[in-house]
Amino acid sequence: MKLSAYRIAANKLRTTPILSIEAESSTVKTFTFRDQRCARAEPGQFLMLWIPSVDEIPLSILHAEENGMVSVAVQEVGEATSALHNKTIGELIGIRGPFGNSFTPKNGRILMVSGGTGVVPTLFLAERLASKTAKLVFAIGAKRKEELLFMNRIKRTLGGEETQVIATTEDGSYGIKGLVTKPLQKLLEREKFDMIYTCGPEQMMRKVFDLAEKCEVALEASLERLMRCAIGLCGSCVVGRFRVCKDGPVFTAKQLRQVKAEFGVSKRDFSGRKIPL
Amino acid sequence: MGGLRLANPTMLASGILGLSAESLGDIAMGGAGAIVTKSVGLKPRNGYANPTIVQTSCGLINAIGLPNPGIGEFVKEIREAKNFGVPVVVSVYGYSAEDYATVAKKAVAAGADAVELNVSCPHAEETGSEIGQNTEILAEVVRKVKAVVKKPAFVKLSPNVTNIADTAEVAAKAGANALTATNTVKAMAIDTEATVPILSNKIGGLSGPAIKPIAVRCVYEIYESVKVPIIGSGGITNWHDAVEFLLAGATAVQIGTATASNGPNVFKKVTRGIDAYLRRKGFKSVNEIVGLSHRS
Repeated sequence: MKLSAYRIAANKLRTTPILSIEAESSTVKTFTFRDQRCARAEPGQFLMLWIPSVDEIPLSILHAEENGMVSVAVQEVGEATSALHNKTIGELIGIRGPFGNSFTPKNGRILMVSGGTGVVPTLFLAERLASKTAKLVFAIGAKRKEELLFMNRIKRTLGGEETQVIATTEDGSYGIKGLVTKPLQKLLEREKFDMIYTCGPEQMMRKVFDLAEKCEVALEASLERLMRCAIGLCGSCVVGRFRVCKDGPVFTAKQLRQVKAEFGVSKRDFSGRKIPL
Repeated sequence: MGGLRLANPTMLASGILGLSAESLGDIAMGGAGAIVTKSVGLKPRNGYANPTIVQTSCGLINAIGLPNPGIGEFVKEIREAKNFGVPVVVSVYGYSAEDYATVAKKAVAAGADAVELNVSCPHAEETGSEIGQNTEILAEVVRKVKAVVKKPAFVKLSPNVTNIADTAEVAAKAGANALTATNTVKAMAIDTEATVPILSNKIGGLSGPAIKPIAVRCVYEIYESVKVPIIGSGGITNWHDAVEFLLAGATAVQIGTATASNGPNVFKKVTRGIDAYLRRKGFKSVNEIVGLSHRS
């Protein structure tokens, strides 16, 4: 007897209290809670977080531990995230997931490129991979210094030999001035990498993808789209023939080549209409 | 089947994927005899805030809220969906008979092989089941659509009525070429810890295995009272479920929720299963078992 849809175990909503809240910047907070299913999540997977009577939003998983502790980092961008930011320890949230696929872990020479809150899944991956890679370069970009998230944690994770952190800010308040893609061209011309993992604004990822294609480096990118069902039914998150919730959110360069017309170019709005990114 | 030629009796149920043509390609590849789009209206509609879906111990409840870009924009997707080599049925909703007729006409002009009138969405105001539960308006909707569209018009019925056979008779008399039975069953879920309804719309439609016995009964009752073909829909996961609907009187079946767990190949598997059943029981075609349970 085949499993029926209603037995997709991870999809069942679990209500759980917030156990800790950490401010990461003036607009980003990390929320930690206990959830046995998401505790087994792999870097790149996401969950749906319900703010009762307000909304339910897709979030990349920042950290998952065997003891059941799970955390997500959330930027205040609208009604739902602002309602979540106003929550206090002990208040209830609902969790579904983990959903989607994860980054394919590689141990060779690795480059990670993230922008803004895109650092969440790449940091989770870096923490899992750091001790195993031959080389690990972590490039992170933000508008200004204050928005460079988790810098201490990144530096701590990349403390070993054959590691490097490259930080960029658009206003030059920290690291290299400009977009995170700026130092990449030279880096990719100078050094050979086995894999690039990227997450961030999609135009940024598109530039990283174009560079990786030019330099013939394998790449995986984590995409974001409007999510509703998160189990591949409703079609809200489609990019080309792929459903970001089920076929992604992590896509290989080979898959991204099939959706070049949309990747970094357009997304679908609440009505399903294609709009520029 | 109701003026539409199907390679096999399985169809994709409306509401699953179906907002973009490309996402329907995999369903066609998976063996669906026809694809039905998400419901489209005259103007763009955003749908409801999340949560729009909740999983219960016996099925999924959804209230997505009929998001669609409007028929003006959607015609592009219809044209593209025609490339997959299976009939494209465009699901249509409206707030008046004129709306339904206008959208249906544009859908057919863009290449739709048939339209399915959504007069049964359980969670939208002033459309869906609010139309289908009012027999006068329902008849007007079907008549107006039939007056402007040469292709078959199916009517998707709501199980949330006192007597579905009455509704079916009205739709058939008004000119429906086939009846889809049924849409989801009105339902809700409340979180016991947060003590509030989970869906943002509070009420949604239950799908999945829980509603199969309800939908089978609806098909059985409709078959007793009308002559137009019936498309069975509700909780079909495997060939066994599909055969049950055929025996109850359905000529074809629609599969929705099961595509989430079983993937697009569920259509091939169900079709093969029906074939094997027919062979084992000595039947020559699907038609021989349509409504067979009524003859006992």
